[in-house]
Amino acid sequence: MSLASSWRTRKQRLSLKGEICPHCREKLFPPRDICPYCGGPAKTEFAFSGKGAVYSYTTMHTAPQGFEQQTPYIAALIKMTEGPLVTAQLTDVTAEDVYIGMPVEMVTRRISEEGEDGLINYSFKFRPVLANSMQQAAAR
Amino acid sequence: MRDVCIVGIGQIPVGEHWDKSLRELGAEAVHLALLDAQIERPEALIVGNMLSGQISHQENLGALIADFAGLRGVEAVKVEAACASAAAALRQAYLLVAGGVMDVVVACGVEKMTDTAQDNTTAALAAAADAEYESEHGLSFVGLNGLLMQRYMYEYGYQHTDLANFAITAHRNAVNNPNAMFRKAITAEAFAKAKMIASPVCLLDSAGIADGAAAVVLAPSTLANALAKPKVCIAASAAATDSLALHDRHDLLELAAARISAQKAYAQAHTHPGEIDFFELHDAFTIISTLSLEACGFAERGRGARLAMENEISLQGRIPIATMGGLKARGHPVGATGIYQVIEAVQQLRGEAGANQLAGCRLGMTQNIGGSGANVITHILERVS
Repeated sequence: MSLASSWRTRKQRLSLKGEICPHCREKLFPPRDICPYCGGPAKTEFAFSGKGAVYSYTTMHTAPQGFEQQTPYIAALIKMTEGPLVTAQLTDVTAEDVYIGMPVEMVTRRISEEGEDGLINYSFKFRPVLANSMQQAAAR
Repeated sequence: MRDVCIVGIGQIPVGEHWDKSLRELGAEAVHLALLDAQIERPEALIVGNMLSGQISHQENLGALIADFAGLRGVEAVKVEAACASAAAALRQAYLLVAGGVMDVVVACGVEKMTDTAQDNTTAALAAAADAEYESEHGLSFVGLNGLLMQRYMYEYGYQHTDLANFAITAHRNAVNNPNAMFRKAITAEAFAKAKMIASPVCLLDSAGIADGAAAVVLAPSTLANALAKPKVCIAASAAATDSLALHDRHDLLELAAARISAQKAYAQAHTHPGEIDFFELHDAFTIISTLSLEACGFAERGRGARLAMENEISLQGRIPIATMGGLKARGHPVGATGIYQVIEAVQQLRGEAGANQLAGCRLGMTQNIGGSGANVITHILERVS
């Protein structure tokens, strides 16, 4: 990610800011300014809650350049409570424990680095909802 | 619009061509296609390619390939639609001839993928996805297909090995194709034990990284009458798009662009899936074969995998696919693949498919998919007597 790109997308990456279409009320993430459902202009900002559930997932064993050190890692599609899907890595969970439908919540994490002296990129990842984890721990 | 025929075909065997550069591969394919057509000089050359800028640090391929193919001076340009770049080149060439702008146009797909380390190639391929919102999170192209496959298996209750026959069939067919990269049959056991890349997608779900180049010569039907080879016409050429990112799809498990481009193609050719004799589909991953068969009307939703399980995709089946090995076993030099598919369809329709020849086939469909379903180009070819 370039410095400019990192700056440009900071609201989306750090606080899940998307948009809501004022015409058909569909919620959009990432923001795109033109509603893909009704075709109308959609520039009204909307902040997502960061809550959702795993819609699909994959464990990455062979990674693209820049992610080799992280393998194996889990990437997922999250169905957010407000409707849209979002692509993100899962964190604080192992591949054995993930399942479709698992409740998750957004956290901010380091996602990549541009070399030793370069930019460090932060973005959203999702983890199992903490309240659930604590209940499970208590039950154990 | 004029009727357009494919009057010449030329292909380089798909493989790891350490000894050949991008320009040599492309030029040789163009030369072979012109030789097959017995035509010396086309009016234009359209080159399809995806990765030359990233891997070979070479753009401006239109002029480069034209020059090294001995065609310096002709109009030439490169078009890009990720893994569908070659079919995109063919479609542009088709439009020039069908519209009466030119008489003889060459479409060439060329890709050089093995000149760099594999993680580089993986990152380059990921450029077909949404760079800011998919690749940025460490999703490779295989990873995106892992997401599709996991959800498909969950919704319809399939096991990973239920899709094995897509790979097994492709490999069996490639044995008889001298231009295929993997001329080796594989077993169900090998599939089940293959190395995991991005779960549940394993090595044998995926088409191989390769170098390759393939070219076809197009001319109006009237001009094709003078040639000795059996006449193969382009009965339909259609394209459609969808969102680049999987998370932007209205319905994750429907390849909407594949459905739309296939429906447009059926309408142009006045046909329907029941009349298609064989289908060279975009089997970059077993899950894409499944979803393509469903989107194009060969299987109901959630039933695409059953066509493989019930052996309906073999050369003797209801809808033969990957008749010369497909992307899986012929190999998938991404920006060249679409023209390999078309050449294989021409071979079937001309009766030049050797041991894999389908008896009495008349209509063949090819479908080239760019990205994880974002840009889909469908052609229907017809043998005309």
